[in-house]
Amino acid sequence: MNAHTATSEPLLEVTDLKKYFPIRKGLLTRTVGQVHAVDGVSFSIADGETLGVVGESGCGKSTLGRTILRLMRPTSGTVKLRGIDITDLSDTALRPYRREMQIVFQDPYSSLNPRMTAGRIVGEPLIIHNVGSTGDREARVASLFERVGLPADSMAKYPHQFSGGQRQRIGIAKALALNPSLIICDEPVSALDVSIQAQVVNLLIDLQQEFGLSYLFIAHDLAVVKHISHRVAVMYLGRIVELTDKKSLFTQPLHPYSEALLSAIPVPNPKANREGRVILTGDVPSPINPPSGCHFHTRCPYATDRCRTDIPALREVKPGHLVSCHLHDEGMRLPLARPKGEPL
Amino acid sequence: MSEPRADDTPLLEVHDLHVEFRVSKRVVQAVNGVNFRVSKGETLAILGESGSGKSVTFETVLGILESPPGFITGGSIRFRGQDLFALPERERRALCGRHIGMIFQDPLSALNPVFTVGQQLSEMFRVHLGLGRQEAEKRAIAMLDRVGIPGAQERINDYPHQFSGGMRQRLVIAMALAAGPELVVADEPTTALDVTVEAQILKLLKDLQRDEGIGLVLITHSMGVVAETADRVAVMYGGKVVETAEVNAIFESPAHPYTRGLLASIPNAEETTDRLVPIPGQPPDLAHIPSGCAFHPRCPFAQDICTHEIPKLQWFDDGKRGSACHFYETLMESV
Repeated sequence: MNAHTATSEPLLEVTDLKKYFPIRKGLLTRTVGQVHAVDGVSFSIADGETLGVVGESGCGKSTLGRTILRLMRPTSGTVKLRGIDITDLSDTALRPYRREMQIVFQDPYSSLNPRMTAGRIVGEPLIIHNVGSTGDREARVASLFERVGLPADSMAKYPHQFSGGQRQRIGIAKALALNPSLIICDEPVSALDVSIQAQVVNLLIDLQQEFGLSYLFIAHDLAVVKHISHRVAVMYLGRIVELTDKKSLFTQPLHPYSEALLSAIPVPNPKANREGRVILTGDVPSPINPPSGCHFHTRCPYATDRCRTDIPALREVKPGHLVSCHLHDEGMRLPLARPKGEPL
Repeated sequence: MSEPRADDTPLLEVHDLHVEFRVSKRVVQAVNGVNFRVSKGETLAILGESGSGKSVTFETVLGILESPPGFITGGSIRFRGQDLFALPERERRALCGRHIGMIFQDPLSALNPVFTVGQQLSEMFRVHLGLGRQEAEKRAIAMLDRVGIPGAQERINDYPHQFSGGMRQRLVIAMALAAGPELVVADEPTTALDVTVEAQILKLLKDLQRDEGIGLVLITHSMGVVAETADRVAVMYGGKVVETAEVNAIFESPAHPYTRGLLASIPNAEETTDRLVPIPGQPPDLAHIPSGCAFHPRCPFAQDICTHEIPKLQWFDDGKRGSACHFYETLMESV
């Protein structure tokens, strides 16, 4: 995997993106509160790069993907595709940019229309965007089927006649139909069996190399994210808490949450050293009333008074390694040694 | 309840279990000759993918298999040496309820939304141990405390929806352990949970198991969970146990091509190579299980014999390991 240098402008640039969902109650549907699903997220993705986004349920990672695609309108912030601000474009004006960005959903069972044949599903984006003649489209669909490893004679079949892994291949073929630059993969393998996951991960990597695709790869499985990503963003309650290349993250996490998340992964090796594992207490708090200051302070073993009041900014503490934690205010502090004798 | 037994009688012994589902005219062989045993103080992980028959095995052991459409067509399940199928339904229920605890994947659907946490947990003490209301409630509070729910005294008046996902699973574990069972069977107990909460729950299960000396059967699809918790492993594929061994042996020298394929296909969080090695093809559809060895269409080592002769589970290493592969010896040599 090659490193990506910021020579030209990034393919995708997201700045301070926010998406709040109002909570309405009562007869007059008063807004009584807001879910802070995405709460000020900034990052960029270069051509041919995979940015992994990890986090637990409710951290806003799926909302982030959907807001970037404008499947929902952001509350504030900007999304730029090749330098062009697409945040406030009308649906018509957005159309050409939509071709550039596609999505692969988690659940290959509910994301495919059961009444359409697989060939029709894959060809639909071509029809919507008015690409080529009927003959061209058929040829394109056939080549897509071949490329993702589906038998050509399966174009006339319906989704229920495919297995989970094959359905995900249909979803990928559909995402590829318009030759996009960016594919947002929202947990694309987590609904699949272990033995099938590897097939789909390999396919995604091959396609990236062949077509120079960029991926925003959203997942909760850190092992898969580590395998496929170049850089990784760790999200907690709507914010990115750490963003760096995967090697730095997995060898030297600088945010206490990343440290705990990495240490919590069940390691598929019975002889792995499990001493010094960080096991957090409690669950992720609700994004409706997220904790003040640093969202993580309620579960953080290193939290100080300041963490309860001040929101830490996402800052570069060493080249290419961004983290939002007061621990690193006076430069990088390592290791994240917890106070002695305090069990977690 | 029963006589003290010799130490070598396993707590649970499943022998050649067969279960099929009859739906209109179709017959689906969900469990096709499953064998395993669990002793006191031991964790057995049952590892399998969707359609491997692991959950049906779980339901059959606990006597909660829906019938129809499910029918037990062969084999036996012995709990403390007693044949469960020979017992009348009432006795079986009493025995299982009192001595076998169960933990489900999705804690929210395992709990009744209209009763408080305290009511549901106390019920276990009242029904299985015959305690009175007040005593049961006292025990319920102690149990909640034991599984790590803070403020147990107040929280017993909550309803399940007021608990977070991790706390609900703790509650389900408390209910499973309430009657002081000797065996606990857990079906994917952490699959619905987040990684950081999963780590808490696995640790809790392990601690409780060690402290209480219970036998634990943990059904899972995750190699990570197996490595974290199991003493022994039974790997299922196509409704059968295809390999069984002590946990280190499974990871170090798998004796079945399927186990080997699974290990090769998982991305390892510790090191990365550019390509994963997937198992080709798809898991079998239980309505059309391939002839011979169910794994043969996906197996890189398959020979002619594999297509028509069903391999038996063969024991080796002094009966500590078993593999249902015609060529397990060759496979072991090439590790």
